[in-house]
Amino acid sequence: MERSLKKYFPLFVLPTSVAFVIAFLAPFVIGLYLSFADFTTIVDAEFIGLENYQKALGEKDGFIASFGFTILVVVASVITVNLFAFAIAKLLTQKLAGTNAFRTIFFMPNLIGGIVLGYTWQSIINAILAQYGTTIVSKWEYGFVGLIVLINWQQVGYMMVIYIAGLQNVPPELTEAAAIDGAGRWQVLRNVTIPMIMPTITICLFLTLSGSFKLFDQNLALTNGAPLRKTEMVALNIFNTMFGRVGTEGVGQAKAVIFVIVVVVIALLQLNMTRSREVEA
Amino acid sequence: MQNAKRVVALLAAATLATGSLVACGNDSGSSEGDAKGKVYFLNWKPESEETYKAIAKEYTEATGVEVKVQTAASGTYEQTLKSEVTKSSAPTLFQINGPVGLKSWQAYAADLSDAAFTKDLTDPGLALKGEDGKVYGVPLAVEGYGIIYNNAIMEKYFATAGAKATSMDEINGFDKLKEVADDMQAKKAELGIDGVFASTSLATGEGWRWQTHLMNLPVHFEYADDNVTDKDVITFKYNNEYKNLFDLYLTDSTVEKTLTPSKTVTDSMAEFATGKAAMVQNGNWAWSQIKDVEGNTVQEADIKFLPMYGGFPGEDKMGIAVGTEAFMAVNAKASEADQKATIDFVNWLFSDEKGKQHVTEELGFIAPFKSFGEAAPSDPLAKEIARYLSSDLTPVPWDFTTFPSQAFKDNLEQLLAQYASGNVSWDELVKSVNETWASEKAAVNG
Repeated sequence: MERSLKKYFPLFVLPTSVAFVIAFLAPFVIGLYLSFADFTTIVDAEFIGLENYQKALGEKDGFIASFGFTILVVVASVITVNLFAFAIAKLLTQKLAGTNAFRTIFFMPNLIGGIVLGYTWQSIINAILAQYGTTIVSKWEYGFVGLIVLINWQQVGYMMVIYIAGLQNVPPELTEAAAIDGAGRWQVLRNVTIPMIMPTITICLFLTLSGSFKLFDQNLALTNGAPLRKTEMVALNIFNTMFGRVGTEGVGQAKAVIFVIVVVVIALLQLNMTRSREVEA
Repeated sequence: MQNAKRVVALLAAATLATGSLVACGNDSGSSEGDAKGKVYFLNWKPESEETYKAIAKEYTEATGVEVKVQTAASGTYEQTLKSEVTKSSAPTLFQINGPVGLKSWQAYAADLSDAAFTKDLTDPGLALKGEDGKVYGVPLAVEGYGIIYNNAIMEKYFATAGAKATSMDEINGFDKLKEVADDMQAKKAELGIDGVFASTSLATGEGWRWQTHLMNLPVHFEYADDNVTDKDVITFKYNNEYKNLFDLYLTDSTVEKTLTPSKTVTDSMAEFATGKAAMVQNGNWAWSQIKDVEGNTVQEADIKFLPMYGGFPGEDKMGIAVGTEAFMAVNAKASEADQKATIDFVNWLFSDEKGKQHVTEELGFIAPFKSFGEAAPSDPLAKEIARYLSSDLTPVPWDFTTFPSQAFKDNLEQLLAQYASGNVSWDELVKSVNETWASEKAAVNG
């Protein structure tokens, strides 16, 4: 069995690897090349060396500033999304009536696309702020809070499902044994439940971290960077560089490559850190 | 034996799977050898999509030449074009956005100097020329914009006691416009309106009426003073005139100015169409929007244009802004047959009796070609443009096609929204406009 599996391995992975090459590897390599080139369309690229990277890191286009705002959003959303998701998951794994209905309800916002959500929340927030004679774009703080609310609304349900799965896998004999040994609820949570669901926490942190780092459509629809690009996240900055003017497509591509590297490094660090805390039952 | 069968079955399945993937990539090139050529038109006017499709169908039935029409909405046009043009069946007919657009699409624009429709232009100066003096783009239509007003409300105002004017003819400059607008705003209850001007739409992506069309005026007058058609650095010397008119829009409005960053163009046109506002700055394309609003109370005969007075020099002789930003270009990298088919299609559309009928009646274009003679669309705003063009007022050209980039316009839009919210002073705005103009021009010119 082992041997025949090995023999058929290339055959089994062929469709996936073909798709992977066409849809991921090839565009990635072409993209890498384009970041060193001057181009309007991807077929008329001309190699120009590191010039794009110099321009990308030049201060005036707000690339560095957009990193600052992105990190702020990531920190705030990773903390709030995971706290809310865990709290709701904990509640919905208790023996309460209607937990299934509530699980479905909390999950539903995740099924709505980011652009639709962005415009919907923009109208909601503007309608509230209109009472005070102002709008979401008048202060960047409004846009920031709006974005965090939006991300929570969209992602909490999804993370909740993962946390529920994790919580259900905590062996009841462990928590019972702890309770018999005299541990309070808080101690059970801290010393038994959380260490046991560390793999789940790893996944959820990774998903929220990379998700909010790469956030684009919600940002575009909610504020589109207003006021004065102060709420512009990195993905939106790259998009604006690419399509906001003619002749800077290469710079946008260079920014995208830098962005990929940063996200990969941060995600790997986070994975390493949380993995080291995982325990076996 | 059993094993061998399995291997065969698996291999067959795998071949099928990869075969279908390869097929996806290849089938588009099959009809390339067709001597008749084919036309692929990447349309930029979503409102005309259905009409174009009908025209394409009719043309294909009459000549056998395949015409494909695809639409990309105005804001996403460049993106769509950038990706479509790299495909093996690329658009053969596309739009270039003035001289700045030509810089990025030069390699794809065919020389149209000898095409019949180029020679048929009423004014050869309308064509888009490259640095080598050859024609690379030809306008499909001329459009005009100004302040659209509802004459019924104006007449009602002129009849009130102590009206500052007795007819629209008296309004021929900013001072008079402001006097009348301020007085109308004070009498808004009596006139049954919420404000003189429909709300100044400053939601993101909705500010093109101010960052492009209104901004055209100070830039035009600055160019005119220096006798140039483009500048790498501007001084924005007519910023006060811009501010005059913009402030008037903000104060004599249907909404508080701090709320304007939540308003869209659709909001603003709806206010005008339902008679809640007497004036709105927009162009002849807005007719369809006014016409289609539910509960519309504006009579067709009451819709007129007024030039955009801001206190500019010699503005009593100024007309509305007439021009074009969309130039048709033919894809130079398409096959010879496709290029020829495309030029033939455009010639047919703008010189054949049937084609011309489609253009004026269905597309509603004011086509800038000699073959059209007096034929013009019948909507009220198009008629107004014709009236202004035949008067002795000088139309303002569309110099905004030389604006450096979308990023410049977006920045101006956000500045205006911040100015309306009270977070940015006018001086800061002027300073930032000058800086971004210079830096964007530098970025675009390399």
